[in-house]
Amino acid sequence: MIRALILTLALLIAGPVFAVQPDEILEDPVLEERARDLSANIRCLVCRNESIDESNAELARDLRVLVRERLVAGDSDQDVIDYLVDRYGEFVLLTPQKTGSNFVLWYAGPAVFLLALAVAIGYLRGRQNAKEAAVSELSEAEEDRLKALLKD
Amino acid sequence: MIVELGHFALIAAFAVAIAQTVVPLVGAHKGWSDWMALGRPAASLQFWLVLFSFGALTYAFVTSDFSLQLVVMNSHTDKPMLYKISGVWGNHEGSLLLWVVILALFGATAAWFGNQLPPTLRARVLGVQGSISVAFLAFILFTSNPFLRLEFPPFNGEDLNPLLQDPGLAFHPPFLYLGYVGLSMAYSFAVAALLEGRVDAAWGRWVRPWTLAAWLFLTIGIALGSWWAYYELGWGGFWFWDPVENASFMPWLIAAALLHSAIVVEKREALKSWTILLAILAFGFSLIGTFIVRSGVLTSVHAFANDPERGVYILGILVFFTGGALLLFAIRGGAMEAKGVFSTVSRESALVFNNVLLAVSCFVVFIGTMWPLIAEMAFDRKLSVGPPFFNAAFTPFVIGLAALLPLGAVLPWKRADAARAMKPLWYALALAVFIGALVWAMQTGRSAGGPLGAGLGVWLVVGAGVDLYLRTGQKGSLSQRFGRVVRLPRADWGKAVAHAGFGITIFGVAALMAWEQEDIRVLQVGESLTVGKYEVVLEDVSRVEGPNYLSTMARMHVYEDGRDIDVLFPEKRIYPVAAMPTTEAGIDNGFWRDVYAVIGDPQQGGGWAVRVYIKPFANWIWGGAIIMSLGGVLSLSDRRYRVAAGARRRREAAAQGVPAE
Repeated sequence: MIRALILTLALLIAGPVFAVQPDEILEDPVLEERARDLSANIRCLVCRNESIDESNAELARDLRVLVRERLVAGDSDQDVIDYLVDRYGEFVLLTPQKTGSNFVLWYAGPAVFLLALAVAIGYLRGRQNAKEAAVSELSEAEEDRLKALLKD
Repeated sequence: MIVELGHFALIAAFAVAIAQTVVPLVGAHKGWSDWMALGRPAASLQFWLVLFSFGALTYAFVTSDFSLQLVVMNSHTDKPMLYKISGVWGNHEGSLLLWVVILALFGATAAWFGNQLPPTLRARVLGVQGSISVAFLAFILFTSNPFLRLEFPPFNGEDLNPLLQDPGLAFHPPFLYLGYVGLSMAYSFAVAALLEGRVDAAWGRWVRPWTLAAWLFLTIGIALGSWWAYYELGWGGFWFWDPVENASFMPWLIAAALLHSAIVVEKREALKSWTILLAILAFGFSLIGTFIVRSGVLTSVHAFANDPERGVYILGILVFFTGGALLLFAIRGGAMEAKGVFSTVSRESALVFNNVLLAVSCFVVFIGTMWPLIAEMAFDRKLSVGPPFFNAAFTPFVIGLAALLPLGAVLPWKRADAARAMKPLWYALALAVFIGALVWAMQTGRSAGGPLGAGLGVWLVVGAGVDLYLRTGQKGSLSQRFGRVVRLPRADWGKAVAHAGFGITIFGVAALMAWEQEDIRVLQVGESLTVGKYEVVLEDVSRVEGPNYLSTMARMHVYEDGRDIDVLFPEKRIYPVAAMPTTEAGIDNGFWRDVYAVIGDPQQGGGWAVRVYIKPFANWIWGGAIIMSLGGVLSLSDRRYRVAAGARRRREAAAQGVPAE
């Protein structure tokens, strides 16, 4: 009885429909390749943090099919992206666009790197020209103990 | 009864932690040695109390005590014993308790093994460590109490999230927390040093073992998480740049920087205030990670227990500890004067560049992780930052790091001649370029990543070998050198092994991303598909009943060039109690490649959807990580860190040697 119940339950729950399905794949390998590359950059909107290429959700499947339909209709990659952004907002893109405030995101890393490099070089110059501190802040006993510790 | 005792022990631990914070800190400030001395027994007692409390909760899970709300929500009588135990930390409350156990454990080790620490420093370290315990114990007791009882206990539980019922994930959190929370020691040492107003070479040596331990556990924890994602999520991704993954990766990057800058403090008494800052940031990022995982401000594949109210509390802890320490740093940090003088080309400056690259790469991960939040709040843009951004923005820094590493590792201290230091490395570089070019010529695609990864990998591994070779001195026959290399300090071995492991991981990642092959087909039972030189035959699909799940299990035979090499059993499971499906990939693990098979849905026209991937060098990714942490273990076992024991023995020997007068 319980076993039958569990089995019915199991049948009711859909199994994991995984990522790209065989029936979605396009005949033309070049178009399919483009579709896969595009899909890796498009977010499954109902999932937590997956691209439609990886996701098992129904919506992801619909979007994968949609991307392929647009490609077959002759859209360029950019056309497909524009179409999706138009419909779902830029939230749908996993690669943030390099427009407006997103410049901060894209260039913060390189900018901070240059800044850190400048600071580091300034510091190293300073170290090179510094004089070895003559007077130790440590008491004599501490200095001895430190030496004993560091000897090992 | 045991559960009530556990609850009581937790409250007692809270009281002890308050005492551990206040008494030693006041004692150290006033110079009262009896007050300072309280830190050690208090840290020890706090640990045993928290451990007992954790044991009590584990007991409730093992005996399936369904009068406890937490057990009801995360366990089930049919669940295998391993997952009953791992269920203890597979939820918000229990994992927080584990957090506190590890926090107290690290505090207690400072009490047990800190004989060589000056009393005031030790008192302050234990006091600061105690204050972190106070904050988290209060958090548990007031908002996330794991010991809440139910008035009407149900017959059975609701089962643990099936994704978590997996050996890889059972041990992932404890390792991750050992790493996260271990960084609290570096933090406590940093704040204690700021309170003391002094950082010297000895401080650099004391803080290193704890940082090293935290870093190596974090390495293992991250590797386990990545490995789990690889075989469990069903398409063999190993890293998603997911907020939760980034949350563990940022402290790892900072801890790696801290390890290296602490060497400069120890050997050369320079970079002091920077090292203090890194120690504060490392734990700060741990807290940020805790906040990200538990507050739900960022969406993620593996976030659990999202609760805004708790989020606010963790934010409070984060602001108090990081902000407080940074304020203290701003006031006191300037007083730490550097002593060592060195030239612009030297080991010191190589380590400075290591720190620049690691810190900036951490910053890139940080801004990428937080940007969706910033953009929404500041610019009203709802957007996503996904793997393509991180791959583009993060990778250049790793390449830079890997390119500089072998040279930096062999530069002499103080003053170096780059051309001379490079001399023994020319062979390694030539070999790396040669291998890279060879791979470029041999590969079918035109990806630059594969050859670059191969070249960098060779450069790092051979460079590590050259580093060891150079440590054996200028002269000597090969056999003499061999004898010397075996007797080198473990720290030298640790360094070389960890650097080589880094190279292996880089190569594994590059190779997998460049040369993966896949095929997706509908197969009737008895049909086969071919990927590269592998043929996979779908022989059978059957329904199998597991202890607490139902499975659709396929049997697939794998042939390599017509030779029978393995039988795989990929599964699709359904956990009826939790009403959740999972995929279990069938993987033929190999040294050179994995054959990765997944069974999908039955098709309308008959047959099954089948996916097969060839994943070249997949295991090198985690193998490299394990080798890196092995390097950490070697370094940690170096006798310099057991100096306390050695010094004690010497003192005793000296005492016996002095003749009685």
